[in-house]
Amino acid sequence: MWDAEIRGMASAHAIIASSVFMATVMPAVLVEKFSVYGTHLVWLYSVAGSVAVVNIAVYWLLGIGPPTKKNTLSYKVSRLIRSCLYFLFSCLFFHTVVVLYGAPLLESAVETFSLAVLLSTLTTLRCLCILGPNVQAWIRVFSRDGAMSVWDTSLQITTGCSVVGAWLGAFPIPLDWDRPWQVWPISCTLGATIGFLTGLVAAPVWIHWHRKQLTYKIK
Amino acid sequence: MRVSSSVFASLCLVFEICGIALFLRGFFPVPIKSSFSTKNRLSDFPAEPLTGSAPNSTKIPSPLFKKVVIVLIDALREDFVFGPSGNRFMTYTRHVIERGSSHSFVAKARAPTVTMPRIKALTTGSIPGFIDVVMNLNSPALLEDNFIWQAKTAGKKIIFYGDDTWVRLFPKHFMEFDGTTSFFVSDYTEVDNNVTRHLDSTLKRDDWDILILHYLGLDHIGHISGPHSSLVGPKLLEMDDILKKIHASLIARETEGSLPNLLVLCGDHGMSETGSHGGSSEPEINTPLVLISPAFKRKAGWEKPGTLEQVDLAPTLALALGLPISQNSVGRLIPAVFEETSLRDQLRYFHLNGFQLSALLRDSTPDYHKEDGYEQFRVAEKSHGNWMKLYMEGNTSEVLLNMGKKVLKQYLEALKAMSSALSRQLGKYDMYSMIVGMIFIIQVLLLLLLAMPEALSGQARVDLPVASALLSLPFYLLCLLFSSVHVLVCTSAGGSCYFCSLPWALVFSAIVFSSALLCTLVVMATRRLPTASKSPVKTSGSDWALSELDALLLIGTVGHTLSLGASSFVEEEHQTWYFLLNTLCLAVFQDVCRKYFREKRSGNYGADDSPLLPSNKGKEESSSQETSLFSPVAELGVSAGSEKWLALATPLLTLACCRLLRSLNQTGVQWAHLPDLGHWLNSAEHKVVLSLLSVVALILIFILVQRHCSLVSKIALALGLLGVYSYRAAVGNVLFPWQHSGRAVSKGTVEARFVYIFVLGILFTGAKDLLRSLVASTDGRLKSRGLWEVYSGMVLLVALLFRAHNLPTLACCLFVQTIMAQFIWKKLHYDAAQTTIMHYWFGQAFFFFQGNSNNIATVDISVGFVGLESYVEAPAIFLTAFSTYAGPLLWACHLVCYLSSERDRGTVALGHGSYCLALLRSVPAVAYAVLVTALRYHLFIWSVFSPKLLYEAMHTLVTAAVCLFFTFMDHDRSSRP
Repeated sequence: MWDAEIRGMASAHAIIASSVFMATVMPAVLVEKFSVYGTHLVWLYSVAGSVAVVNIAVYWLLGIGPPTKKNTLSYKVSRLIRSCLYFLFSCLFFHTVVVLYGAPLLESAVETFSLAVLLSTLTTLRCLCILGPNVQAWIRVFSRDGAMSVWDTSLQITTGCSVVGAWLGAFPIPLDWDRPWQVWPISCTLGATIGFLTGLVAAPVWIHWHRKQLTYKIK
Repeated sequence: MRVSSSVFASLCLVFEICGIALFLRGFFPVPIKSSFSTKNRLSDFPAEPLTGSAPNSTKIPSPLFKKVVIVLIDALREDFVFGPSGNRFMTYTRHVIERGSSHSFVAKARAPTVTMPRIKALTTGSIPGFIDVVMNLNSPALLEDNFIWQAKTAGKKIIFYGDDTWVRLFPKHFMEFDGTTSFFVSDYTEVDNNVTRHLDSTLKRDDWDILILHYLGLDHIGHISGPHSSLVGPKLLEMDDILKKIHASLIARETEGSLPNLLVLCGDHGMSETGSHGGSSEPEINTPLVLISPAFKRKAGWEKPGTLEQVDLAPTLALALGLPISQNSVGRLIPAVFEETSLRDQLRYFHLNGFQLSALLRDSTPDYHKEDGYEQFRVAEKSHGNWMKLYMEGNTSEVLLNMGKKVLKQYLEALKAMSSALSRQLGKYDMYSMIVGMIFIIQVLLLLLLAMPEALSGQARVDLPVASALLSLPFYLLCLLFSSVHVLVCTSAGGSCYFCSLPWALVFSAIVFSSALLCTLVVMATRRLPTASKSPVKTSGSDWALSELDALLLIGTVGHTLSLGASSFVEEEHQTWYFLLNTLCLAVFQDVCRKYFREKRSGNYGADDSPLLPSNKGKEESSSQETSLFSPVAELGVSAGSEKWLALATPLLTLACCRLLRSLNQTGVQWAHLPDLGHWLNSAEHKVVLSLLSVVALILIFILVQRHCSLVSKIALALGLLGVYSYRAAVGNVLFPWQHSGRAVSKGTVEARFVYIFVLGILFTGAKDLLRSLVASTDGRLKSRGLWEVYSGMVLLVALLFRAHNLPTLACCLFVQTIMAQFIWKKLHYDAAQTTIMHYWFGQAFFFFQGNSNNIATVDISVGFVGLESYVEAPAIFLTAFSTYAGPLLWACHLVCYLSSERDRGTVALGHGSYCLALLRSVPAVAYAVLVTALRYHLFIWSVFSPKLLYEAMHTLVTAAVCLFFTFMDHDRSSRP
């Protein structure tokens, strides 16, 4: 019975993944001297922006958003404002965590914050799209065995993969290879993006493989 | 044989240390030193060989040169003079090389290509080995026989300008000197102007014999912007001008009848393509050596310079100035320098060099007779005697000349063979000892791993099937096999192997032990196999594989071990540990959140959640019961409501502490030059801040430590900490509030001894409590207090030894320990193994937080002098080791105290703890020994991997001591019913 759902998720993920590739290729035409390493921040924000736009569009079109109780305009506006606030908080949270991990406090703060923005886009934004600005729901999804639908499971997988990717991306920094991608924060952003893409691919595959074991409780 | 886990762990570690010691002995070559500590004298010179009659002249041939000017340019690469950039910038020098009377060579430097060992090589002619550098950490003056000392003893007047390393190496050797520090790498003009400004006046004077100039600017440019930077050209032009000036002045002073002068241009090491040095790549080891003197033949044109060793300069200069060759020199004379002298003198020079080398060879190798070079030298000496006989008889025929040339050739070959035999000895690994040591430690590690299920079981006892192994046939066969292998290897390898030179009884017991271990391993493995195959579900489904925290701890341990294979990760090991520690804190934070928010949520979702999470639920229930038993209300005065928030804040506070400490001491290699808080605090204008910070840190230390102590210890601790502050004030690190200035800086011996008394007092009180708890079977309270008192004594000692800016590290360490123990380890019910691994990680991170690195240079030797008037070896070594490993030690001791004061943990916790500690230490140590053996021809083996090997060995030793302490504590607990 989930086959349709899984297929829908796979195609949604394919669209998001292709948006990442587009965001890497497109600026090469528009921006002069564009390269992933050289003009890293441009690439970063183009990826973040396109992932954000495509995410919102896809989930809005698919109608997977959280169940809305009220349909008034004011309620919608307040939800929007809350979502924006949550996103900002998540950026600040990631920034703090990255600084705690040893990123320089003052110099290259812009780069650090950009990494935080990218991480928030890859993780928090998807949470906002699927779960809405509802902390209780977030805690439920990210606690053990808390997933209640295929989308929750995919959210768990992609978020985990992005964060772990960024984490692993920090390892090559101390190596003395003097490569352009070892500059802060390129390896981490690349790690996060690659982890995100892996998550996008892995989520439908994993769910498909484990569809016998997965038993979601109906709310 | 059944032993408890802690005994098992300490036994394993002790055997492992024996294995590592053997490995180290094989890995580090013993430096070639003559057995006599005296220096060569003119009177020790051998007579000129002469067959038939009594030895004739023992006098040394007359010196060749009057004055010598040595211009040493730091990091002068060979191609800066002989290559295209030399052609462009060093025009005058090139002109002299091509057309003037000069000899030029490429001198090969040996690794480590760092200034100090290279200066030693240039002056002593010996090759300082790695272990030599370590051994001489605390005696900066060069005590070996060297060229400078010989020159000074012969009454030569020496003037030195340049790098102050020379001034430290040769105190009181120079008639006049001006040392410039190489501390400010960014300065590359002033540092050289400080040398050159003396030049004009010195060159005008006539009262010196040897002038040494050491220019640092080029090296600094290399460090800033590499060998191809635009700054190199002007610097080379400047150096060329200086050489021109010196050469012109030397030529002008050349007078008829007197001896000619000599100008030497050399580099101590080269620089790599990135501008650094230290390794052994071609551009780093190739340095130019140009000798300019009117005594030499004029060159007709450009010739490709020949190659020689850097150490060859020392004997050449010595004999050319009529001085004895220094004792440990492995260098050979440069024949070109002497080719203008008479054949008799030439033979005499080479005979002297050969005599010195053969004496060194005789001292350093037991079977020197077998060496080719030694034999050749004997033959050459004999034919030299024959030649002398003919010469003295007045024979002047062509035959004599040809014969003399033949003798000369013989000498040259003998010198070459002897010199290479000596240097070969330096670079040779004693593979047999290394392999034996490695087999030893691998066996011990396997034993530890195989015993894991038993050691971590509820009984915490390991059943070692030693008896069955000892009585089995394979054991005797193995003994026989190993013995025969040993005999075979030793008879073929000769006397250079350390393990072969051990007494037979010792070797045999090692063989017996090793074969017994192997048999035991096999028995244990066979016992383990069927159970593993029978219940695979049970082993994989146990609580080990489940939690994220366990996965992280496992991945972190394995990952760290693997990372040791990369030189950069060894250099930047602190980054690995900080990274892992942060992740650990976040994982703990997640656990805490899960615990507290689940509780809150269970009201909302209660019925849904409970069947899904039986384990968590069960834990929570038990925890809520125990909260009343072990609530921090009693100990810290915290209300139960705020406990949750404190628990939530604990990992975050720990993270914040770690971030602060990380910026306190910048260590490692790549980012070590970045400014850090430690430097800022230590600068003179921030003394007030440092003083305030130390006061706050000391007060915090007192508050955190005194909780567990008796009243007497509390008072002693307070007085001791006051003493620490007054010690720091006495040595001038911090300010006394009522004494703003005008106080002479003393060594603070009185204050330090005052603190030592309190340290001993507290340790004594603790030990007394421990012994009393051992004798009288009171409850564990007395023992736990005794333990905490020992712990606070150690904290006081660390507070005394740590530098003032490191006191916050200690305070943070105690703070993190307290809050983690109160809110995390107790509340979240981590088992002993998890707690141990976390303690180990924290210990590692704090090792680096306090400013250590995997480089020998960061060991703070000044600690060895605290409270001592002069250098006394045993306490100095103990104090240095103690303060270097203060972080891991404090955490390990905290682990002992914590595990044994937790009554609900049962009696096995200590056994589990010590077993885990032993395993955690063995895995990286053994893996690293194997890695180093595999990488023994790596470029960075001496600069990166060897220091780390020493650190690993030392850390294992420290852990073994802690494990013995564990065993002691565990023993008296288990002996009491």
